[in-house]
Amino acid sequence: MWGRGAGRLIRLSIPLRQALARLSLPVLIAAAFGTMLLGKADAMLAERARIALADALAPFYAAFAEPARAVRDAAEDLQRLLVLREENARLREENEHLRRWQAAALSLEAENAMLRRQLDFVPERAPAFHTARVVADGGGVYARAVLLSVPPEIQVRRGQIALDERGFAGRVTEVGSRSARVLLATDMNSRIPVTLEGSRVRAMLVGTNGARPRLQHWSEGGRPAEGERVVTSAEGVSFPAGLPVGVVRWTEGGVAEVELFARTDRLDVVRLFDFGLGGILPPEAVARPEPRPRR
Amino acid sequence: MVGRPEPSPGLLRRLDDIARAAFPASSTALLMVLAAGPSGVPGLVPAAALPCIIFWSVFRPGAMPPPAVFLLGLLQDLLTMAPLGTGVVTLLVAHGMAVAWRRFLVRQSFMFVWLAFCAFSAGTALLGWLLTALLAWNLPAPAPALHQAALSAGLYPAFAFVLSRIHGVMRRAEDAP
Repeated sequence: MWGRGAGRLIRLSIPLRQALARLSLPVLIAAAFGTMLLGKADAMLAERARIALADALAPFYAAFAEPARAVRDAAEDLQRLLVLREENARLREENEHLRRWQAAALSLEAENAMLRRQLDFVPERAPAFHTARVVADGGGVYARAVLLSVPPEIQVRRGQIALDERGFAGRVTEVGSRSARVLLATDMNSRIPVTLEGSRVRAMLVGTNGARPRLQHWSEGGRPAEGERVVTSAEGVSFPAGLPVGVVRWTEGGVAEVELFARTDRLDVVRLFDFGLGGILPPEAVARPEPRPRR
Repeated sequence: MVGRPEPSPGLLRRLDDIARAAFPASSTALLMVLAAGPSGVPGLVPAAALPCIIFWSVFRPGAMPPPAVFLLGLLQDLLTMAPLGTGVVTLLVAHGMAVAWRRFLVRQSFMFVWLAFCAFSAGTALLGWLLTALLAWNLPAPAPALHQAALSAGLYPAFAFVLSRIHGVMRRAEDAP
């Protein structure tokens, strides 16, 4: 292209042009070695040139990104289609397996129903609950407590249990006509009877005003294991058994603490359960008459 | 194209000629840029550049002059992370050898040309490896060079299939009155 253009401009004689054409390759190879030395001598030069080229090509790649992704997706789809057969066979097998389990479950359910009829078993009724919004943190007598906004048509009792969407949060201690205060499990005054779910060992959950309440007074030989689940215990008739509380965490100092499931530091909505339990009510005795008789 | 007496070539005709003359180098550059995209295959840029350059050097050397090879080599060095200049030297040497043997290669069957190309790609990879070793003054791992040689040798038939179709179309267009 070059030689021809030059030849057209300056009328060179044919032998000269041939000689030039023959010379161009060695000259260019020499220039290439020169480029190599230049790149070796000034490493920044190559970097700058690369960056300039990348800058120039960036819009081009951006324009190609979409079709390239389509092609890649199509290739992935193809691969997925190839393994589809295998997966289908596996799923069919698994389905068969699950069907057997379903049959087992149905027969067990039927057997269970039959046995319950024999025993005249009274099922636990599903606990009633109201959902209330947390309107203020802290305040009042306790360091770790939240104030709930409760509509007047909803009856709230002291001793009701507050759970957030994950687990146990606290107990209602004070009730007003439009509000209620919940003492959280993390407060220093909170004492909650708990059971270690695996070993069935009873213990007390003692608040410290910190994020993790401590576990104390477990029975001899029933050392809580790290990561063991902690649920409420029905001892003291204040709580129903089996509400999820948290998991055991041992500190480096050798103190058993419980990492609560409930996020007590950022409660926004809690559910107030009425299990109909009286038991030991939180301190600060009757402020107003109980709206509902005890069972 | 080769000095055919034409009284007054029309504008379209001239554009056609220019496009035909510029196609090999520009399509090679485009392919290299595409190969440098995020394809996930390492060493794709040199493996795409070499088959195109050898093919056009053998079958249409007029459209792949040494300066174009020089620029393509520079593009390859900038697109890859190879030391600046190694791609230029290797591609120019490969181009020179292909042009020197083209009269012999053009007459051979496809299989033979492919075999010759395998030798070219191995030689190019070896030369590139040597130059890199010389510039860095220690021996780089030979695996990437082998991978690149194998990749470009394996890609050659696909490139040759498409490029020979295009070459045939160009020749027919030139032979048409």
